Amino acid sequence: MAKLTLSQVGKTYAAGSQAAVSGVDIDIADGEFIVLVGPSGCGKSTLLRMVAGLETVTEGEIRIGDRLVNHVDPADRDIAMVFQNYALYPHMTVRGNMAYGLKNRGESRQAINDRVEQAARMLELTPYLDRKPRALSGGQRQRVAMGRAIVREPAAFLFDEPLSNLDAKLRVTMRGEIRKLQRRLGTTSLYVTHDQLEAMTLADRLVVLNGGKVEQIGAPLEVYNNPASTFVAAFIGSPAMNLLDAQVEGGTLMVEGHRLAQVARDAGPVTVGLRPEDLVLSTSGLPLRIDYVEELGAQRIIHGFIGDQPAAVADGSPDAPLSDIVHVTAARADIHLFDTTTGKRMDLPAETQIAEATA
Amino acid sequence: MKRAGFDSRWLPVFLLMPQLAIILVFFYWPAWQALQSSFYLEDPFGFGSTFVGFENYLRLFRSSEYLRTAGFTVVFTVLVTFFALSIALLLAVKADKVLHGARTYRTLLMWVYAVAPPVAGFITLIVFNQRWGPLTEFFALFGWDFRVRLDYTDTAIAMVIASVWKQIPVNFIFFLSGLQSIPRAVREAALIDNRSASARFWTVTFPLLAPTGFFLLIINTTYALFDTFGLIDTILRNNPGDNPITLVYKVYVDGFRGQDIGGSSAQSVVLMVLVLALTIFQFRMVDRRIHYT
Repeated sequence: MAKLTLSQVGKTYAAGSQAAVSGVDIDIADGEFIVLVGPSGCGKSTLLRMVAGLETVTEGEIRIGDRLVNHVDPADRDIAMVFQNYALYPHMTVRGNMAYGLKNRGESRQAINDRVEQAARMLELTPYLDRKPRALSGGQRQRVAMGRAIVREPAAFLFDEPLSNLDAKLRVTMRGEIRKLQRRLGTTSLYVTHDQLEAMTLADRLVVLNGGKVEQIGAPLEVYNNPASTFVAAFIGSPAMNLLDAQVEGGTLMVEGHRLAQVARDAGPVTVGLRPEDLVLSTSGLPLRIDYVEELGAQRIIHGFIGDQPAAVADGSPDAPLSDIVHVTAARADIHLFDTTTGKRMDLPAETQIAEATA
Repeated sequence: MKRAGFDSRWLPVFLLMPQLAIILVFFYWPAWQALQSSFYLEDPFGFGSTFVGFENYLRLFRSSEYLRTAGFTVVFTVLVTFFALSIALLLAVKADKVLHGARTYRTLLMWVYAVAPPVAGFITLIVFNQRWGPLTEFFALFGWDFRVRLDYTDTAIAMVIASVWKQIPVNFIFFLSGLQSIPRAVREAALIDNRSASARFWTVTFPLLAPTGFFLLIINTTYALFDTFGLIDTILRNNPGDNPITLVYKVYVDGFRGQDIGGSSAQSVVLMVLVLALTIFQFRMVDRRIHYT
């Protein structure tokens, strides 16, 4: 177990080409569960593979514990990795798969056996120890891959989208198991996923990546409540945050010609972010022309347009009748303002007043 | 689900007919003829034949010349198979590491495969030419007076080298595609589990290549036993004399030169049994030992 430090880490594949990853700074405390999340192509897997030693580091430093590992062999980094497609050795039994790494490190036969048996008990794999991977189900294979990582007792676990090959139900179960296991073992973990829900539920801290750069680092709720940019705002949370073009005119925030709030900002365009679950139906406020409604049981998602801009509202009382146009408002703390050109968050000044909106 | 099927039970038979006819005419019929004539002593001029039972077979196994040929064939087959497989595997592993250059590399190696056996034999004769063959001259540097077609061992070595050279490309292609079909993540997992590259090869890569390797083992064995005929014939210039020959070549020499149809047929029946045994062995092994993933 150890801390993990990435400083100014970057990766460029060919000289002159665009960097796949650049300027990444992450300090991971001992025992922390960090999730790297972002859309495909954002460099999250590349970053993980650099920590594993499967990709070279072209810039910056990676430290496991206090040891600089930029040029250390993957086998000597004291890490264990769980792959998306399990990557089990098909010619070895479950026992063989788990024992392989330990054998190569010259552990005694007795020690290997004890650790494999213990991991198998923990993962409920004992009845399958002498089976080959092809005789196992997807979930069992995933657990073997976990077992292979556990028996090594590494300084850090690296997970590369380990659940994306499983069906939805199993994914939820395994997600819980991974979290419990990590808590119990207290091993520093770095976990890559493109699924924001998986990221929110697993992480101690999230790292949101976009185009090879860190967009925001923070605890799941912190990221959810204070997204640092429109990218993070749209990526974290489901359904996605509504991002609307708006104007500040004389200290008033106007969306499509309707007053939303009082802000102490210079006049000019801004992007306003409103989470569907923060919007409440009311008799006055922004008019939403309903397009279609998704019934989810506990709530319904109302999709429509404010002016020409698409927006969604999560409505917690799905039995109430709806007219063609509804009015929505938001509490003052739930209005996020972003710079229209850079997409960066503009902190809402304290003197902001929510107007008792009157069309 | 709608099932597609044949209405008439004769349609499948009809569709199979061309294939069955070819097998019948080009395999079963000659095989039957060989089996039949192996029990007869035939007049060289085709005036008559006498039933002699197993005499032809007994004569074979009493003949020291036949046994010597059989012995050579075994040594030849083992050497050719071993070197053709191991060199090809080595080349494939190296090529796999530098995948970018592999295309050119592959093409270059494939050329040899396109060379016809007599041409390969002819190239061998040039390379081992008594007066100016580059390999002969190279061996001479070490004081080895290499004499193809004059010295038994030297001829054998030239045959092995030529046969191995001819077979490497096809093995290489199979090994390379076998290597590339091993999932990248499995190799990466091994990279994290094992720091020694050679240990990784023997414990992960090699077992995963086993199906390919086993298939090639059978292919190469039959190649060395049978398909080297043209090459050997060219190297010996159709005149074996005291030089080493393989069993297939002896079938040809005894039957067509020596006009000993009965003895030659008995020899080919022995070879057929050998092939049958190899095939059974192959299926058994594939069933039991080799794990296809």
